[in-house]
Amino acid sequence: MAGYILKRLITAIPVLFGISVIVFLIMALIPGDPATAILGSYATPENVARLNADLGLDKPEWQQFFIWLGNMLQGDFGRSFQLNRPVLDEVLERFNATLVLAGTSFVLCSVLGIVAGVISAANQYGWADKGITFVVLLGISIPSFFLGMMMILVFAVNLRWLPASGMWPIYGDRDLWALLRHLAMPAFALSVVATGVIARLSRSAMLEVLRQDFIRTARAKGVHERGVIWRHALRAAMVSIIPVLGIQAGFVLSGAVYIEVVFQWPGIGRMLVDAILRRDILLVQGGVVIVAACYVLFNIVVDVAQSLLDPRIKT
Amino acid sequence: MRLPNWTRRAVLAGAAALAFAAPAVAQTPPGVLVVGQVAEPQALDPHAVTAVNDFRILMNIYDGLVRYAPGTLDVEPALAESWDISEDGTVYTFQLREGVSFHDGSPFNAEAVVFNFERMLNEDHPYYDTGPFPLSFFFSSVASVEALDDLTVQFTLSEPYAPFLSNLAYPTGLIVSPAAVEQHGSEFGRNPSGTGPFTFAEWRSNEAVVVEGNPDYWDGAPSLQAVVFRPITDANTRVAEMLSGGIDLMVEVPPVALSEFQGDDFTIVEQAGPHVWFLILNLREGPFTNPLVRQAANYAINKEALVNDVLEGTAEVAAGPTPPAFAWAYNEALEPYPYDPDRARELLAEAGVESPSVTFYVTEGGSGMLDPVAMGTAIQADLEAVGFDVAIETYEWNTFLGRVNPGLEGEADMAEMAWMTNDPDTLPYLALRTEAFPDAGGFNSGYYSNPEVDALLEEARTATDQDRRAELYREMQQIVHDDAPWVFVANWVQNAVTSNRVENFQLEPSFFLLLGDVVKN
Repeated sequence: MAGYILKRLITAIPVLFGISVIVFLIMALIPGDPATAILGSYATPENVARLNADLGLDKPEWQQFFIWLGNMLQGDFGRSFQLNRPVLDEVLERFNATLVLAGTSFVLCSVLGIVAGVISAANQYGWADKGITFVVLLGISIPSFFLGMMMILVFAVNLRWLPASGMWPIYGDRDLWALLRHLAMPAFALSVVATGVIARLSRSAMLEVLRQDFIRTARAKGVHERGVIWRHALRAAMVSIIPVLGIQAGFVLSGAVYIEVVFQWPGIGRMLVDAILRRDILLVQGGVVIVAACYVLFNIVVDVAQSLLDPRIKT
Repeated sequence: MRLPNWTRRAVLAGAAALAFAAPAVAQTPPGVLVVGQVAEPQALDPHAVTAVNDFRILMNIYDGLVRYAPGTLDVEPALAESWDISEDGTVYTFQLREGVSFHDGSPFNAEAVVFNFERMLNEDHPYYDTGPFPLSFFFSSVASVEALDDLTVQFTLSEPYAPFLSNLAYPTGLIVSPAAVEQHGSEFGRNPSGTGPFTFAEWRSNEAVVVEGNPDYWDGAPSLQAVVFRPITDANTRVAEMLSGGIDLMVEVPPVALSEFQGDDFTIVEQAGPHVWFLILNLREGPFTNPLVRQAANYAINKEALVNDVLEGTAEVAAGPTPPAFAWAYNEALEPYPYDPDRARELLAEAGVESPSVTFYVTEGGSGMLDPVAMGTAIQADLEAVGFDVAIETYEWNTFLGRVNPGLEGEADMAEMAWMTNDPDTLPYLALRTEAFPDAGGFNSGYYSNPEVDALLEEARTATDQDRRAELYREMQQIVHDDAPWVFVANWVQNAVTSNRVENFQLEPSFFLLLGDVVKN
């Protein structure tokens, strides 16, 4: 197992290098440069050239790439032009906020999705199944940013139950309770689509398992229905549900971009959007590389988890 | 009575949900003003930043030598009590206010002023590397800054430059504490110290910048205990926060949301600013080389409809290249081109062009661009109604600038543009002179060239007598209006909304946010 993990980690290196090249090329090729974005109306060629020199952007591009890569290997991601602080500080702080949001959503959609899927499968074509299917399809069809805006309108503006935006209260205690109140709407809005997908796929995975011999055997030897469904069938179905969870985890992370914009969540998605619009090259590059590294790591974890659950998958 | 299992659980869940919602969103406390900003600030170092969003915070932490008098763009004393300008307009001598201290306790004096300008302008200054200072070219005409004594400072300019005083009132001219720069180096932007009505307290990244009232402020202590600047980039979310009581003051209310704030709970504040929104026409090739066609375009576009319907009254119709906010330099006699499609058709017939085809660059957004896509579409419709054949090409803002700023030749016949400046000199100087063609380093992307205008602008920039300058600028406006190198469209009326607990708030024509006199109940 250790050898397998090591092998997977080594294959991640070329992937990350490739990502570095691609994100660098994209930022080099898109029109508009940081100096123009900073200077706005005053971006005369003379001012742009002077500012580019101050920012270290007057060197040839291949040289810039290797300087960036070299610094990055030593853990130095450079300074953001626009925020005037180290990229790594900003990215880690932002990534932390995204993980809180995406992590909560992920737990929410996994639990709700699997429970809904199992109940659906256990009552195939019954009222519970039809009801759940209806709600799930509705959830999949509503864009998350729209749902988020509607929730703000109802729960923050009209009912005034929950704060409309942000992660922490502006004054008052920054405790878990305050965080949960700020987290409730964005985490729910973000989890809805993923919940739907997980529910649909859990349902079909369960149906497949429920038709197998060992389920009949379990029933025959007198295991009560709840035990058959939740202990025997679900456990077998998890092998096909876990990869879906892995994909949905990625979906929730990337979907967080919209939700972060709508709810003003100080996460990395919103940071990247702002950074791209302002041509904050180092922040975009550093942010993308760090997020990509997390994705790669996450995929490895999922694969390892799967091989632990299902011995048939070769390590 | 014994409740069945599931009911007990439901009761618990219900109770939890109630408890969750029960402490209904707390009202903001009295004496603390929460401001909804449009973005996270870059830095709180006035010399290092360029965005109006940052200026709104900075103007409350720092003072300049001079400032704009309330409600105007006229310069009045601030940290300098008085000044003398030499006969030839190249030597400015300032008498500084006595007994002023920076928030960090260090004294404000002539040496501090010298430090500020040396840091920005002198590459050999030990703290030059705490930059870059993108707008330092505002002071590029400064040849030297000297402290004559503790409270007298003298600027020598390399040539007469009339906007100098006005530039000193701009955020780039604000005075920072040298001691704080020495202490924090490149982190000064996160540890600011000035002389202003509010002292910096805390910056929580992506959440809030907090400043506290300065009880020792030389111009009277502010009544507010603290101001919290919250970045809320999404306009809809900003509106929702305002409606739900999470913020007390929001700037840049989207036009479509203004109707939400009618009634007694809110006050809408408006102020026209030094902004002009126009279309650059390509005078080097295509249909707009003919002045009749340019005038036709000015007649064809229904500017009233644009400002009232598309922008919901958040702008006024522009008459010429200079915004009326520069009252002293504005030509009151100038009338906007009226909306007259028949006249436009006549002019096109007179020019002998039939359905001229026009490529029109539109941007998706951008600083001061208001609602560029909707405006572009309305303009296209108006022009097509009189016989133009208009093809729109839309670009993201930075891409758009990358295409427009190098000149429209070979690119387009017409492009949207907007400018906000702190003096009436900059825009025409950078965008209407022959020597400001893009290849010469200016923004005259449509290649307008009129020797008469060139001469007027050159003289206006160096003349020191304000009346003479005004005269020159009025003449320039009339000529440019008639030559029509642009379609003059709109001057932005900036807006803000306050809750009914906020008093004494007004917007400034400079678009700065000054909170020294604001009261929050």
